[in-house]
Amino acid sequence: MIVELNGREVELEAGATVADAARAAGIDPERRGIAIAVEGEVVPRRQLAAVRLEPGQRVEVVEAIGGGAPDRSDGRPASGLGPERFELGGREWGSRLIVGTGGFRSHGDLERALVASGAEIVTVALRRVDPASEGTLLDVIERRDLFVLPNTAGCYTARDAVRTAHLGREAFGTDWVKLEVIGDDRTLLPDATELLAAGEELVEAGFTVLPYASDDPVLARRLEAIGCAAVMPLGSPIGSGAGIRNPYNIRIIVEAAGVPVILDAGIGTASDAALAMELGCDGVLLASAVSRAAEPERMAAAMRDAVAAGWAARHAGRIPTRLHARASSPEEGLAELT
Amino acid sequence: MSEGTNGARGADLLVVGAGLVGLGCALEAAAGGADVLVVDAGGVERASEVAAGMIAPVGEASWGEEGLLAAALDSARRWPEWARRLEERGGEPVGYRRCGALHVALDRDEAAELRRYHELHSELGLESSWLAAGACRRLEPGLSTDVAGGFEAPGEAEVDPRVALAALRSACAAAGVRVRAARVERVLTGGGAARGVALDDGVEIAAAAVLLAPGARLSALCPPGSEVPVRPVKGEIVRLRARPGEEPCERIVGSERVYIVPRAGGEVVLGATVEDRGFDLRVTAGGVHELLREAYRAVPEVAELELVGCAAGLRPTTPDNAPAIGWTEVDGLMVAGGHHRNGVLLAPFTAETVAALLRRDEVPAAAASLSPRRFAASGARS
Ligand SMILES: Cc1cc2nc3c(=O)[nH]c(=O)nc-3n(C[C@H](O)[C@H](O)[C@H](O)COP(=O)(O)OP(=O)(O)OC[C@H]3O[C@@H](n4cnc5c(N)ncnc54)[C@H](O)[C@@H]3O)c2cc1C
Repeated sequence: MIVELNGREVELEAGATVADAARAAGIDPERRGIAIAVEGEVVPRRQLAAVRLEPGQRVEVVEAIGGGAPDRSDGRPASGLGPERFELGGREWGSRLIVGTGGFRSHGDLERALVASGAEIVTVALRRVDPASEGTLLDVIERRDLFVLPNTAGCYTARDAVRTAHLGREAFGTDWVKLEVIGDDRTLLPDATELLAAGEELVEAGFTVLPYASDDPVLARRLEAIGCAAVMPLGSPIGSGAGIRNPYNIRIIVEAAGVPVILDAGIGTASDAALAMELGCDGVLLASAVSRAAEPERMAAAMRDAVAAGWAARHAGRIPTRLHARASSPEEGLAELT
Repeated sequence: MSEGTNGARGADLLVVGAGLVGLGCALEAAAGGADVLVVDAGGVERASEVAAGMIAPVGEASWGEEGLLAAALDSARRWPEWARRLEERGGEPVGYRRCGALHVALDRDEAAELRRYHELHSELGLESSWLAAGACRRLEPGLSTDVAGGFEAPGEAEVDPRVALAALRSACAAAGVRVRAARVERVLTGGGAARGVALDDGVEIAAAAVLLAPGARLSALCPPGSEVPVRPVKGEIVRLRARPGEEPCERIVGSERVYIVPRAGGEVVLGATVEDRGFDLRVTAGGVHELLREAYRAVPEVAELELVGCAAGLRPTTPDNAPAIGWTEVDGLMVAGGHHRNGVLLAPFTAETVAALLRRDEVPAAAASLSPRRFAASGARS
């Protein structure tokens, strides 16, 4: 039987399954981070070994990462990017919005919100999700072909965070980590000294480190200096929805940074996300604002548009603010009334 | 091997799973005259043994879950009568108590969040009243002085699910339901219809109809064409005991991160974590710590109680958090599963729906949106 595999014709035995086809392409179908589509429909992981192929069918095996923006199933292109490309960790991305997967009321809500957000990168708490088991939110992420950014949420010491990052590397096969070291569980504010220590160790070990940090310009500089791939200052405490409390600091961080700046934590509503982009951030990471909204899918779409709008406004050359009015209609050539 | 070779008699209805859902359905079917056989694997994986036992449609109400709420309200109304019938049939107490619930905020932030829920209750027409801090503490004097306000839902109730299960077992036995301890390997199908089940030791049992109610294991047992996406959502609880006069609260007390359920006999249950960890039943230090810490924050007196034990269970959960109850695309195959956080609450409603379908009678109106077929359109989802 001949099928079309990633654009090439290959010979498979009659009755071959989707999993067999992946192996024929030299890809382990069990591996996380890949997705397989038959005639454009992604086949759920647990059915890969059950779904049989028909002669002539078109099979695509895709890595969930790299290779530009994946085609979203709703057909909407990632909008508002403009000519400026978004590079993070040595890769190019089609969306500047990163979404956290915690706090959703159901997997249905999670999946619809992720699609509506247009995000390509999603964060997953290593402490809360066991990558080895079926039936977790990783199934949703895989089905939607998203890039998993493991985070170290729930870690209070550098050692704990480093260990957790190493576990993540093994489990997810990725060197990327969103590094979180929390100071206390009432404010969930980052512990700057533990963060630096853990960051240094992980960069040394070859990780792509994205540190969740306070909105402190000096700390941001230090994090960049030790080799972090981005700096991710908070707008306000995690889950507070209090927006960006110190826009001046965010501007100072942006001005000095040679790596992408991603506003992480505190976003409550769409204008917060737009403001982050207007302040010059390269991206926004949010979770609760969407997951705990009454309508997560709708809020996710709003965030997607807000990030795009803020980015476009930042680059469209805004007018200066002035104290007095300046008429927008021309004053010359008006009829003179006497 | 096939039916009869080792004495395995067939049945009109074969139920897989002896949790509250499976046994409840078995009882109602037997009461309707069917010859019912329940097959259950036993072991530790039975959410019904771990549940806190709240019958709490108001406390569970959330956005975008109107179908589930309708079923919850229907079932909560059925509970008192159902409990009475179980007691009558099996002769054992069920321990249903309409104790009410009080959900409190422990600071201003939590109060704003809780008010949002209270406003949702008002929109949905649910019985819920907002109380200032002082009024909360007059209802439950054991509450921390940090309380900043809360809502009371006086209609909420509770049962001890282990007591209810025992009562249900007796009622089933009295109604002639047979129970067999064995693990079902798969559903036998032929000509597009369910014919019975195969056990893991190779024994096959024939049945005119099969009902799958195996809790978190539902997805794996659904034959092709009837897939229902159910995943395990782990929850840990802590069990405490109060001596007479030591009860920390009269009603269910909930805060943002914990609920405290007092039982008639002095047991007090703290629940529950919500963890996406697959089929994992380990109780963790962190889970227990959080439950104890948060309970202590809300009602400091819990520190005085005896620590009896901890347990973890797996909530059977669908992508929309609502259960799947009814016939599947495979003839003769029904499912009753995916009850998530509400299997105790929804037990009578589920049993009535299944019994009505077997009788070819009208089902409760709220069952209309809960057919397992709703997942067929979107493909297998977990
Ligand atoms: C911590 C926690 C707290 C909860 N609190 C509440 C609450 O307050 N109120 C509420 O309404 N709900 C609550 N729930 C939810 C409730 O426990 C479940 O929704 C409900 O128990 C599900 O019942 P069930 O009969 O479907 O499954 P289970 O009780 O899990 O029973 C399934 C049975 O099927 C058997 N089985 C599985 N596979 C097979 C097989 N292949 N062959 C044979 N037998 C098999 C198992 O051994 C088990 O006995 C809670 C759940 C948890 C985990």
